[in-house]
Amino acid sequence: MPAPAQSRVIFQHIDEPGYTNDLACYVRHGGYEVLKKSITRPPADLIEEVKKSGLRGRGGAGFPCGVKWSLVDRKSGKPIYLIVNADESEPGTFKDRYIMHQDPHQLIEGTILSCFANNVKQAYIYIRGEMPEGARILEKAIAEARAANFAGPNILGSGYSCEIYVHRGAGAYICGEETGLIESLEGKRANPRIKPPYFPAVLGLYQCPTIVNNVETMCHVKVIADLGGEAYAKTGTPGNTGTRIFCVSGHVQRPGYYEFPAGTITMGQLLNEVCGGPLPGRTFKAVIPGGSSAKVLRFGERYKGKRKVGADMVDYDWGVEDVPMDFDCLAMIGSMGGSGGVIVMDDSVNMVEALANINAFYQHESCGQCTPCREGSLWMKKISSRMVHGQARKEDAALLKSVADQIPGRTICAFGEACSWPTQSFLIKFKDEFETYAEVKKTLPADRLALV
Amino acid sequence: MNLKPETFQRIDEVITHYPVKRSATLPLLHLIQEDAGYISEDAILWIASKLELQPINVLEVVTFYPMFRRAPIGRRHIKVCRTLSCALLGGYKTCETFQEEFKTTLGATSPCGEVTVDFVECLASCGTAPVVLIDEVLHEKVDAAKARQISAQIRSEAAARK
Repeated sequence: MPAPAQSRVIFQHIDEPGYTNDLACYVRHGGYEVLKKSITRPPADLIEEVKKSGLRGRGGAGFPCGVKWSLVDRKSGKPIYLIVNADESEPGTFKDRYIMHQDPHQLIEGTILSCFANNVKQAYIYIRGEMPEGARILEKAIAEARAANFAGPNILGSGYSCEIYVHRGAGAYICGEETGLIESLEGKRANPRIKPPYFPAVLGLYQCPTIVNNVETMCHVKVIADLGGEAYAKTGTPGNTGTRIFCVSGHVQRPGYYEFPAGTITMGQLLNEVCGGPLPGRTFKAVIPGGSSAKVLRFGERYKGKRKVGADMVDYDWGVEDVPMDFDCLAMIGSMGGSGGVIVMDDSVNMVEALANINAFYQHESCGQCTPCREGSLWMKKISSRMVHGQARKEDAALLKSVADQIPGRTICAFGEACSWPTQSFLIKFKDEFETYAEVKKTLPADRLALV
Repeated sequence: MNLKPETFQRIDEVITHYPVKRSATLPLLHLIQEDAGYISEDAILWIASKLELQPINVLEVVTFYPMFRRAPIGRRHIKVCRTLSCALLGGYKTCETFQEEFKTTLGATSPCGEVTVDFVECLASCGTAPVVLIDEVLHEKVDAAKARQISAQIRSEAAARK
């Protein structure tokens, strides 16, 4: 089956010749019209539309946005804050970068709409420190929007006021975790908070109710406010509505970002047709489907089971190429859609070395407050690096797996899972490569591509 | 604190963005590092008193976030992405090339004082790997040849300044 056509909604103007990131250009293309027509509606209507749309958060967890909003404590009498999570840091993910650099007003319009819906008077865009240019572009765009009365006091004469400020991170991956982000915004180390019982929707920034949403999610809110929830939900598949942006990197002919109606494209269509297949003379070996913490898939393996299609239960028997790229199907086969970052590895890659690279990342980024994660990520890095740079032993495979198995479920935040899933899945799916690495290493060329 | 008048202005402005002063810790650290090049002992004490905090509250933030540094570096900061997607397309080679070009080692400043080469984690531009952030500008698809070309450019800019 041929791949469906791309449907660029959020990325409509990305890389469009002549499209600039200033207000005039955005307005020329219909910008802020949705805000104009929405700001006269009751805010509760907008929340209702978002619920009806089935929008799932695009940051990685895929949590329904409308549900997140409905959990907000609106009776506390405290101000409600909204934070846009622009800390895009999950390796393999690079969609928000383009929205912020090339189409910042789209994000600002979506943010103001979300703030209006939730009666938020002050919002922050938490952008990662490594995007100084992005931060400047956003600050300029906010100033433009404010000057045109699309943000700031008494927006478009509605009586509703909302300020947006840009807040820069400083190179810590854990700030993408929403409670770590909140701590960071409060001026502290980004140590995630214990939850439950209290989630940011009740006690977040400055102990006030807080909504944290991803950049792309904010842009979808704008589309929903425009079309209405039901019309929005017609794109994609039930449970996976709207469009989804995939960021493909690694060993394919045409890496990049591609936007499709959610759930309509399979991994094989994405990699072979859209991205042009493997590099010349190579074959695909493995793919990480949703950012580097997602469990790896091995080409050649099969996934079997039953799944719900409409009202019926049907059997599925998929190879990697057959898996539909939506949150549910990827979860069904034991991985996740995550942030949409697809990292492809071909047969030139040694999996021990690839894992050593990933482990070095997670060790560097562990915030250090929970012992299993701090020590576990460190030992996984030490063992896998030693295998590559020093002596490798057959029993290292089992040792790595045992360290990884002792982390998830024992930490304050999901980083424990994120750092152990790569090791667990690499060890299950490429066990042979780990056990024979000591021997194989002797045959590998010394000048091969270094991964760690 | 010896900072540009403009930096002081921006500091006073940014504090107003937050209902709680402590939130301005990261913005102040960025502004001071951009102006002074690094975060000195004095800077920590100054920020603490400016935001009505204990110095330890500022120090613990400085040591937590990789972007803040306690010592000066070269005039230009070359940050090569180390993470998987870039490594798969030669990120390590790119980093090595920069070190050779400037006769320096990872994290150290080149003998000429011009550059500091560092490895950093994912820069969120995996589709154009390998990527390198030089000061505030992102360079894409930087293979060894392009790294040499960029290095030559940096050297000629340095020579022109003298």
